[in-house]
Amino acid sequence: MKTLLTTTVLLLAGVLGVALGWSMLDLPAAALQLPAEVKTQLGVSGVTHPVTAVLLNFRGYDTLLEIAVLLLALLAILVLPQATPGGDRGPAPANPMLQSVARLLTPLMLLVAGYVLWAGAHRPGGAFQAGAVLAGAGVLLHLAGLLPPWASPGRALRVGLAFGLLVFIAVAAAVMLQGNLLQYPPAWAGALILLVEACLTVSLALVLAGLYLALTDTSVQQ
Amino acid sequence: MSTALLYAFAGTALFVVGVAALILQAHLLRKILAFNFMGNGVFLVLVGLGQRSGVPDPVPQAMVLTGIVVALAATALALALARRLLDLNGEMRLPEEEIVRDRLDV
Repeated sequence: MKTLLTTTVLLLAGVLGVALGWSMLDLPAAALQLPAEVKTQLGVSGVTHPVTAVLLNFRGYDTLLEIAVLLLALLAILVLPQATPGGDRGPAPANPMLQSVARLLTPLMLLVAGYVLWAGAHRPGGAFQAGAVLAGAGVLLHLAGLLPPWASPGRALRVGLAFGLLVFIAVAAAVMLQGNLLQYPPAWAGALILLVEACLTVSLALVLAGLYLALTDTSVQQ
Repeated sequence: MSTALLYAFAGTALFVVGVAALILQAHLLRKILAFNFMGNGVFLVLVGLGQRSGVPDPVPQAMVLTGIVVALAATALALALARRLLDLNGEMRLPEEEIVRDRLDV
C-alpha cells in the first residue's frame, strides 16, 4: 500500500516535471522587453547597476515589503515560547583557536561588508549581500562563544532591528510629497538609495543574525 | 537548447523533486528542506527564462534576490515552529502524518 502511494506520487511528480518542461519549450517570446526598458531608464535611477536600480528604485516597494516580512518573521520567532527540555546549557566552551580566528576574521568581514555595500551602486553587491556578510560575522562570533544568544532583545537592539524599515518608510513618505511612492527625484536618487541601503544593511544584518541567535537560544524563557 | 533553457529545466527538476519529497517525507526538517528545493527551483526557472532572449533581465534577478531573503525568513520561522512542535509533542512530524502511516501499515 505504501509503495503504491510512493510510486503514484513519483509518477505524478514526473508527469508534472515533463509538463512544466514542455510548456517552457513552447513559451512565446517575451511581450515586454524589460532589459531594454531598464537600460533606457538607468540614467535617472541614481545608480549604474541595473539590478540595484530595479531593487531600490524601479521596484523599491518590493524591497520595502521584503524587509518588513523579514522583521515580521523575526518577531514571530521571538514571540514563540521556547522550552526545549534539557536545553539549559549555555554556549559550548569554544576552542581558543576558533576564538582567535573569529577575532581575526570579524574586522575583515566588516571591511568586506562595507565594500560590498558601496559597490552595489555600480556592480553586483548591495545591502542584502553586505547584511548577509555582517550576519555571518555575528553567527561566527556566536559559534566561537564570543557573542551570547539573543533571548529577548534589549531596547538598543530593537531599535536597530527596526531602523532600516523605519528609514525606508520615512524616505518613501518624504518623496511621496512630490510624486508617487518611492519615486525619487533624479538629482537625489543616488544619495537616497545609498542612505536607504546603508540603513538596510545594519537592520538586515541584525535581523539575519537574529534569526540564528534567537533560534539558537534554549536556555531562557521557560 | 540554449543555456537559459538548461537552467530552467534544472529548476523544474529541483521543483519536482521538492514536490515529491514534500508529500512523501514525514519528517518536518525534510519537509522544510523540500520546500526550499521547490523555492530554489522556481528561482532558477525565473532567472533562466529571464535570459532566454540572450540578454540577462535584471527584473527577475532583483525579484529572485528579494525572494531568496523572504525564503530564508520563512525557513527560519518554519524551523522555529517545528522546534515548538518538538517541544510540545516530542517528535518532528505532523499529527496527521501518524494516522496516515498507521492506516497504510495495516
